[in-house]
Amino acid sequence: MKRLSRLFMVVASLGLGAACNSSSTPPAASGTAQPAAPSPVQDADKQWTMQNKDTSATRYSSVNEINTENVKNLKVAWSFSTGVLRGHEGEPLVIDNTMYVHTPFPNIVYALDLTKEGAPVKWKYTPRQDAAVIPIACCDTVNRGLAFSNGKVFLNQLDTNTVALDAATGKELWKVKQGDYKMGQTITSAPMVIKDKVISGISGGEFGVRGFVTANDVNTGKQVWRMYSTGPEAEVGFPGSVETWQGEEWKRGGGTTWGWYSYDPELNLFYYGTGNPGSWNPDQRPGDNKYSMTIFARNPDTGKAEWAYQKTPHDRWDYDGINENVLVDLNMNGQMRKTLVNFDRNGFSYVLDRKTGELLLAQPFVHVNWAKGIDMKTGKPIEDPEKQTSASKNTKDICPSAMGGKNQQPVSYSPRTGLFYVPTNNLCMDYEGVQVKYQAGQPYVGAIVVSKPGPGGNRGEFIAWDPTAGKKVWGIKEELSAWGGALATGGDVVFYGTMEGWLKAVNAKTGDVLWKFKTPSGIIGNPMTYVGPDGKQYIAVLSGVGGWSGIGVAADMSLEDPTAGLGAIGAFKDLANFSNQGGVLTVFSLP
Amino acid sequence: MTMSRRPGLVLQTRRVYKSRPALLLTVFLSLACADIASAQAPVSPKPSAGGKAQFRVCADPGNMPHSNQKQEGFENKIAELVAGALGESTHYTWWGQRRGFIRNTMNATLEEGRCDVVIGVPEGYDLVSPTKPYYRSTYVFVYRKDKGPEVKSLDDPVLKKVKIGVHLLGDDYTNPPPVHELSKRGVVGNLVGFSTFYSADNPPSAIIDAVASGKVDVAIVWGPAAGYFVKQQRVPLVMVPVPSGPGDLPFEFGISMGVKPGNTALKNQLEKVIDARRAEITKILNDYNVPLVERKAGLKR
Repeated sequence: MKRLSRLFMVVASLGLGAACNSSSTPPAASGTAQPAAPSPVQDADKQWTMQNKDTSATRYSSVNEINTENVKNLKVAWSFSTGVLRGHEGEPLVIDNTMYVHTPFPNIVYALDLTKEGAPVKWKYTPRQDAAVIPIACCDTVNRGLAFSNGKVFLNQLDTNTVALDAATGKELWKVKQGDYKMGQTITSAPMVIKDKVISGISGGEFGVRGFVTANDVNTGKQVWRMYSTGPEAEVGFPGSVETWQGEEWKRGGGTTWGWYSYDPELNLFYYGTGNPGSWNPDQRPGDNKYSMTIFARNPDTGKAEWAYQKTPHDRWDYDGINENVLVDLNMNGQMRKTLVNFDRNGFSYVLDRKTGELLLAQPFVHVNWAKGIDMKTGKPIEDPEKQTSASKNTKDICPSAMGGKNQQPVSYSPRTGLFYVPTNNLCMDYEGVQVKYQAGQPYVGAIVVSKPGPGGNRGEFIAWDPTAGKKVWGIKEELSAWGGALATGGDVVFYGTMEGWLKAVNAKTGDVLWKFKTPSGIIGNPMTYVGPDGKQYIAVLSGVGGWSGIGVAADMSLEDPTAGLGAIGAFKDLANFSNQGGVLTVFSLP
Repeated sequence: MTMSRRPGLVLQTRRVYKSRPALLLTVFLSLACADIASAQAPVSPKPSAGGKAQFRVCADPGNMPHSNQKQEGFENKIAELVAGALGESTHYTWWGQRRGFIRNTMNATLEEGRCDVVIGVPEGYDLVSPTKPYYRSTYVFVYRKDKGPEVKSLDDPVLKKVKIGVHLLGDDYTNPPPVHELSKRGVVGNLVGFSTFYSADNPPSAIIDAVASGKVDVAIVWGPAAGYFVKQQRVPLVMVPVPSGPGDLPFEFGISMGVKPGNTALKNQLEKVIDARRAEITKILNDYNVPLVERKAGLKR
């Protein structure tokens, strides 16, 4: 937070001097990378049936028609306006030659017929949401996409309704209310289907919502279980939370669940992160505040947790720990391990054993100074007392900023290179001064969080990361924060979007930019790929930058506003030159 | 915490000093011109297709006693008064007054969705251009007259033992100022939070109801929110201003009207009306039992 989540950002002194869009480090491999031998294309990869591509959340497709040699010829095949001008996160799905496209509030769903020229609309579903949800709901109006299973499309609406639609007709099959938007609860995250259950999170940590995750029956919508992030063991499905809070403060403990979900069918565990602790200032909630800022591994049948690993105990920075957990098997120190890799807002990349939660490696993937490292025995950060925030002192140059070393934009992993592709923010922050704020008719005084570019002056970087060594392999500096997700393909081309609106194709091994196209608006969504009925490989991405109405009101920018990371009143002027509001799906193919 | 170290505050302090002579002058002028002003022709009304020009107000649809959609709040009454003085009729854009409020109202993407005036913003609120303040209030202790505890200061040791009701405001670790200062004094854990997401189950009166019913022993509430609901209770309740100790955050705030930065013409119009109609505005505030305080001489903000 949302977060939305949830510091008000004012950014100062944003220079335009950074040299951007070029490889910052020499290629790791040979400079003239030849296309490697192709891997077989998996039939399953011709579709794109869930957010982040597969249950492991790799965002890797073996489809390889588009490769490092021919990607330069990529052209727009068709485009589609969603009719909504808000931040477009997530990605469309493709199942059985139908593309399912979602929008931010009002959360329209379109089914597009890919068998026909220009992909006409098969059906359109417009949810009936109480018009009051927008002015009342706490956070942003983004939506991170749909889920699909067995002829049904699942959507989480901003007003916390989860709905199941008939994939053939768009008819509403069932609808279940997960929370109360009037109490600040919303849903922005995508549902995930695991076996016969739809798993949904909740947003709205801003006002002391107590985070939870819910499983509903795919066929009836009936709630099967709900587990909270904070509270007694019976409600959390794991012990050890209550004692890390004062009194009954776990009841408004935060720890919302608005990120991405992944699942290991073999271990029968699913994984997700929880957000920052509840709305008290840190001094008012002594303790570790478990299980905010935590990676949970839960059994989807019972909801009970197998393990929980808290990344940032007693958060003082709003390092909202909801980022995705990618499930890959890695050779760690000579031993193959079933691992979970997480690039957290707090700037550290974690490798855990996904069966046990054992910490195997933790390295900063961006410039980090709030902690000197992670204690491998305790799993806790070794904090720098100088960089702790408090209402009663100024704290300068905390890196990363509350926007995180990486926000919700999901990474990709290519098994062909063994590398992660990570869109990052290069932002630091000062907590300083006092600023008069106003909420619900009540004035109060808070620190101004001044967000500013990190070392180098660029506000973002798209990096390739070696997860076993915990090292960056190459990086492409971006003027603005890299706020769109990544896609890796069997053609060794990696795609990502920028907030200016460029969709870029880069060589997975070297980071050389091979092709780029300027879409109508800034990209904060995630590129995806599929094979059309004509047998051709397509690349699709939603463009539509969020929070643009905030131009000139930097102090009103929220964390969930992608533009907030860019910052400042001054910076918006240059940003407005790059892009404007939009809501367009652009689909590319080779001629 | 030393206030003078804070750049933001230096600016605000300067602003206050600058405004003080102006305030005296306008008070004087308002006395002289009060009668004339009310008889004056509307001040440059906006062109309108038919009927009166619109006085476009950004307001919370459900936050009594400030405002609601039925226009029962004191800010609604003040808006009516000001619109009348300008020869305009009120037109509302409703939005919850929290994160995104200004972005979605005064700065809305589409012109049709936009509004021009927020009736209440704290002095020094940077998202808008505030007029000079037209009233000043304070956070208050609220407790039962028959039971107490008769708290007069945050340093009262009884605060470590009793249940204290407070509102939950921002999550950016900036709760109401008294909550920060309670933390500093080691008063931790015995606070009861009241959400400002208001609904039928959680009306704005909830925090004062809790004092009356004994759910909490004392509440610390922003004056306007306290006064109105205290008056409605059958159980006699006491309101006492929370004094700000040395090094504490301020608990008193001047309240201004806010316009979009750069809209100086409207700001000037509003300031003229504030001067001309000060007595009527104060009467509205008194009708709603808003605890008003004077700016103390030598006070930094």
